[in-house]
Amino acid sequence: MALRLLIRAGILLASVAVSSVLVFAFMAVIPGDPARVALGVNASEAAVTQLREEFGLNRPLLEQYLEWIGGLVTFDPGLSYVTRSEIGPLLADRVMVTLWLVGTAMIVALLVALPVGAVMAVRHRQLSGLTLSALSQVGVAIPAFLAGILLIALFAVWLGWLPANGWTAPVVDPVMFVKQLILPATSLALVQSAVLTRYVRSAILEVLREDYLRTARAKGLKPMQALVRHGLRNAAVPVVTVLGLQLSTLLVGAVVIERVFVIPGLGSLLLDSVSQRDLIMVQDVVMVLVVAVLAMNFLVDVLYLIIDPRLRAGAR
Amino acid sequence: MTTHAAPPLAQDVLTVTGLGVSVGDRSLVDNLDLTIRPGERVGLIGESGSGKSLTALALMGLLPEGLAATGSVRVADVHHDIVGADENQLSRVRGNDIAMVFQEPMTALNPTMRVGAQVAEAMLIHGTRPTRRAAMSAAVDLLEQVGLPDPPGTARSYPHQLSGGQRQRVVVALALANDPALLICDEPTTALDVTVQALVLDLIVRGVIDRGAAMLFITHDLAVVATVCERVLVMYGGRIVEAGPVQQVFTRPRHRYTQGLLAASDLSVVDDRGRLATVPGTVPAAGQFPAGCVFRNRCGHATDVCASTPAWTGQDASDGFACHHPAPASEVGHG
Amino acid sequence: MSAEIPEVLPTGQTGARRRGLRNHSLLIGAALVCLVIVMGLLSFVWTPHNPTLVNPAARLQLPSAEYWFGTDKFGRDVFSQILVGSRTTLFVGIVAVGVAGVIGVPLGIVSAMAPNWFGELVMRCNDLLLAFPALLLAIMFTAVFGSSTLVAMIAIGIATIPNFARLIRSGTLQVLKTEYILAARASGRGPFAIGLRHVLPNVSSLIIVQASVSFAIAVLAEAALSFLGFGTPPPTPSWGRMLQESQEMLWSAPRLALFPGAAIAVAVLGFNLLGDGLRDRFDPKLEDRR
Repeated sequence: MALRLLIRAGILLASVAVSSVLVFAFMAVIPGDPARVALGVNASEAAVTQLREEFGLNRPLLEQYLEWIGGLVTFDPGLSYVTRSEIGPLLADRVMVTLWLVGTAMIVALLVALPVGAVMAVRHRQLSGLTLSALSQVGVAIPAFLAGILLIALFAVWLGWLPANGWTAPVVDPVMFVKQLILPATSLALVQSAVLTRYVRSAILEVLREDYLRTARAKGLKPMQALVRHGLRNAAVPVVTVLGLQLSTLLVGAVVIERVFVIPGLGSLLLDSVSQRDLIMVQDVVMVLVVAVLAMNFLVDVLYLIIDPRLRAGAR
Repeated sequence: MTTHAAPPLAQDVLTVTGLGVSVGDRSLVDNLDLTIRPGERVGLIGESGSGKSLTALALMGLLPEGLAATGSVRVADVHHDIVGADENQLSRVRGNDIAMVFQEPMTALNPTMRVGAQVAEAMLIHGTRPTRRAAMSAAVDLLEQVGLPDPPGTARSYPHQLSGGQRQRVVVALALANDPALLICDEPTTALDVTVQALVLDLIVRGVIDRGAAMLFITHDLAVVATVCERVLVMYGGRIVEAGPVQQVFTRPRHRYTQGLLAASDLSVVDDRGRLATVPGTVPAAGQFPAGCVFRNRCGHATDVCASTPAWTGQDASDGFACHHPAPASEVGHG
Repeated sequence: MSAEIPEVLPTGQTGARRRGLRNHSLLIGAALVCLVIVMGLLSFVWTPHNPTLVNPAARLQLPSAEYWFGTDKFGRDVFSQILVGSRTTLFVGIVAVGVAGVIGVPLGIVSAMAPNWFGELVMRCNDLLLAFPALLLAIMFTAVFGSSTLVAMIAIGIATIPNFARLIRSGTLQVLKTEYILAARASGRGPFAIGLRHVLPNVSSLIIVQASVSFAIAVLAEAALSFLGFGTPPPTPSWGRMLQESQEMLWSAPRLALFPGAAIAVAVLGFNLLGDGLRDRFDPKLEDRR
């Protein structure tokens, strides 16, 4: 088991390393001159040269890459090409905001999807189960930003219950923080729970057909007890897989949702940096997002080992 | 195997009257009567598709969704009928008064739970051991009784770490955990290697005898019934076509189907062209059996009268047959 | 489970009911997809108004016989924009799925037929690419190449390659186990011929299903990209940008969000349902698996 964990961790590190090279190569090599890109076509040659000097963009690429990745690893990514402010603190701030958003959405989605999916599975032949099934199919088709706009129209514009946008840090004003978090988090969670529900349903349906569930009932467990004690853990494997895969969807959804609700998170930072042609910032934010996804994949692998003893021993 | 007669007790362990299993308007098991006395070992034989496994599940109240049982299934010391009982009532009976060993040991155990805990759970559910610790040590004892090596170590292993035969022993231990009055075995050795079949069979019978429990043994293997059981019921097309003491049924079969089944299992019987005997034709799909005598479309003795359901001939449900053209009582051997 | 139970299980009943339900998804999905395609084709020959014509005199009209879905803040006809927008959506979807399929399918087949280490390598690269979702990749592309429909399509296409490669690889591995492949190998056919003549036709149903599902993903990504202002540049109508323009009008004309929103949902739902329905049509055993 320890060996498998080590191998998994090794794959994680290798993936991070390779993707950092990919991101760097893509952003640094293809567009030509980042200094020219940052300053725009109308900038004077002198200004471009100065920026190039200042940020060491005239050095060999390998050197530039090592400095960039070194900066990220030591949490000191240096200065932005455009605003010339420290990237580190800004990035940390934005990560916190996005983490609140994505974390809340993920938890809400799980809290909705687990019971609803279970009901859909247990009643899969009844009207209630089929209705929920159809609803979830529609939910999957509604992108988060559409849900966000509809929620704003309903709860902010029409009912006036919640603010339409904005962000307040929890330490500044907890009540406002919650009020402003509800709509964006719900927008993200709606779609996620629709997707998750479908997977929970099929995972539990699968488990309900298993022989060991019948054995559990033959022992004297009631059907619900048997499902909870013997079924859920086995159903968790496919659900956890999806949970890992869904994080990337969730992060991407957050990028758009932050734009809809004017939230200063990683997504807004990414989009602003793209508009400002601040390539180093784009590079950094992309890297943070990619590492988050890769780390989640690793976490899912670890969870597999905890959930399913069959995976702990032997080859894959 | 000794075939000692069960001491006559006041109450039968299992009394089944008029049991039917159907899906929609298709009947899969029809009007089945069966009585098992304490300590008695009864065999239920038939080809696959005859409805014997469904009968077992119906006795446990474990029919798959969509299948409905009718009739009456009474178990000693249980004050309600199994048929029509709700899950709360059934859960107190299952694993306590009646237990079951399934056919497929590879999938019958929860892959994410240690086997000791799975055995102990059976006792904890019914409160037959006061504490988790007591249940765990009882589970280790049970694993030892079913002949598993290193019982404490086995208790800590997961199902995938055991072989098929070992897993089936765990399932047997689990079924015997609460000393049930009746153990139902549904082809418990069919999925096992031939070499371990006899061992597992022996250990089931020993476990049942030690506890004075009765057993309903479902199989298609006549030889197994002959060694294990005292009485036998022959099932075909969802009905009992013949019943009686093993000795009597196997040496002087009356129903033409039983006769064919015995001939087919006997390697010394060949036809005039030197081929092994078989029951001609194949078992129809569930619910597709002919009306009247269910066997008439495969029976060489069938006549027009077989279109009507043959009456039961015999003193009671445990000894008799249902055939319009039975083999003569004196005819010994195989027709 | 004993061997006889499956025979007597009421498969006829539930199976039929289930298949009935699934056929519904195939039917509804096909109908919705057809609707979007018809809208797109129709927009080439007819729109009630010029979708890009700015008409200050007709700003923010309510739906009427003249303007079926009303007009936006520039007085442009919403219905005409929706019609032309479906063209954009379909175009992006076709090219993106095309890029993904043309690269992903051969990659999947080759990685299954090639030596094990190569297959593993391809799959590792696949996993890596999965860490870059379609929208993130598209934003990166936009940062480098500027925003255009072409850039969006290619980025979304590249991000969808792993979906194809993974599925086709596992499909190919199954096909390779079958007897007729053994027979073809025994008769001395080369790997290229086997891949083209035997494997490809047998995984074609997988390709069609994956294409439908990927189309839905592409539609979503394009909508999000346009919503962010990175996709199709104005004035070409696009559902995502219509939605974005509607956001500032939520207080005065929330209906403006409804039409493009519904259009996006219909297209995504259509392709998802079509994919689900086709999957069950081709292989009923795969029901409920994703």
